[in-house]
Amino acid sequence: MISVSGLHKSYSELHVLRGVDFEVTAGSIFALLGSNGAGKTTILRILATLLKPDGGTATVNGFDVVSQPAEVRESISLTGQFAAVDEILTGRENLILIGRLRRVDDPKGTADDLLARFGLAEAAGRRVATYSGGMRRRLDIAMSLIGTPPVIFLDEPTTGLDPEGRIEVWQVIQQLADSGTTVFLTTQYLEEAEKLADRIAILHQGTIIVSGTLAELRELLPPASVEYVERQPTLEEIFLAIVKEQR
Amino acid sequence: MTTHALSDTSVMLGRSVRHVTRSLDTIITVTIMPIAFLLLFRYVFGGAIETGTDNYVNYLMPGILLIAIASGITYTAYRLFMDLQRGIFERFHSMPIARSSVLWGHVLTSLVSNGISVVVILLSGLVIGFRSSAGPLAWLAVAGILGLFTLALTWVAVIPGLTASTVDGAAAFSYPIVFLPFVSSAFVPTETMPGPVRAFAENQPVTSIVNSIRALLEQQPVGTEIWTALAWCTGILVVAYALAMRAYRRKIG
Repeated sequence: MISVSGLHKSYSELHVLRGVDFEVTAGSIFALLGSNGAGKTTILRILATLLKPDGGTATVNGFDVVSQPAEVRESISLTGQFAAVDEILTGRENLILIGRLRRVDDPKGTADDLLARFGLAEAAGRRVATYSGGMRRRLDIAMSLIGTPPVIFLDEPTTGLDPEGRIEVWQVIQQLADSGTTVFLTTQYLEEAEKLADRIAILHQGTIIVSGTLAELRELLPPASVEYVERQPTLEEIFLAIVKEQR
Repeated sequence: MTTHALSDTSVMLGRSVRHVTRSLDTIITVTIMPIAFLLLFRYVFGGAIETGTDNYVNYLMPGILLIAIASGITYTAYRLFMDLQRGIFERFHSMPIARSSVLWGHVLTSLVSNGISVVVILLSGLVIGFRSSAGPLAWLAVAGILGLFTLALTWVAVIPGLTASTVDGAAAFSYPIVFLPFVSSAFVPTETMPGPVRAFAENQPVTSIVNSIRALLEQQPVGTEIWTALAWCTGILVVAYALAMRAYRRKIG
């Protein structure tokens, strides 16, 4: 579904990508890991036709990102690092806006379906400026689903979300993949990749240093030894348990 | 592709006009300063200014309208800057839409919102004695000049909107433009100014535009001045559009 080979990109002196290769199969969740500044967003911007590579090739849904950008844009949706929603419009208007631009048959009906599906029906008529971070991110992802593009790019989809918001987004991503959409996500949370991704690639110093399924990556390290450790609940488990009780 | 460009632009226009109607304070902010100037010159300075006309409000009006437009276009720079900041600009560019619609939506919105401002100011002018016997054709010509002036300045505003690194920077460019009418024939006849100032005043764009609009409203012959005015507006439009497109291409890599 996505095929990248020998990708190069420099910003003046800074050589960010030095020959990146990977493949993403249709209907899978692919997680790109890397530290801040490793070039994850650069790869994403190239795949989303927002940036031209200096060298190498990249195809999405069979279309070349440089020579067939219009076809690539038909095939994808991009959800950026900061929820790219219109704050002055209401949630519903945001969805209708994207629906009109993507020329779906029934922008209003599509908007209402998505609002219900993402638990935003109640807030539909409120300006997005009044939404919480989690609601914005959900709206952002909902906007990406309009027109059912076969490939969805998510740039750090859970950065800045509280634990509940993060779990909600994870559920959405899982549902997407279950319905056959190819999901490409970048993250710096290793746990997120572990929970969601079918395949994981680690970007370091401009190249993919390892990639594979979680099981394959585990084999890179010496076999697990059995140790007995008293297991304390994590703070996240405590937080979620208490918050749930309060409801 | 062109039909897409039209329908995408109208969707973008709808979005951006909604921004204007949702924050009507922007119209008030844009019109309040020109109306204050109108009152100030009419009731405070006006008595001491000798223009050789019996209705000083009529004399003032064209310059006041230009000041309103010059401050109104700041919002185009502001809205564009916010779109870039919030990432919605990138979202639009990763979508299968006509890319030209992203900028044109903002530019057409500027024409709509400045049109509203101009009407508000003209109505306020009527209250304090603005009168014109101009016919529909003359008014159409006035609307045309003001529209062209707005279009040209809006493309000027697109440049800082795309390139500024702070929101203050995106707005600061308009101060000198707002100031230009003061050193022109907008408030006093240029003949009263000392040599170099007069030379500047008579050869900068605002004077020819003000004089043309004034002549049209007073049903006087416009002479060659209107060609000078149109040449200035078209010239600014062409240069600003070229620079804005260059900034845009740089932005989208």
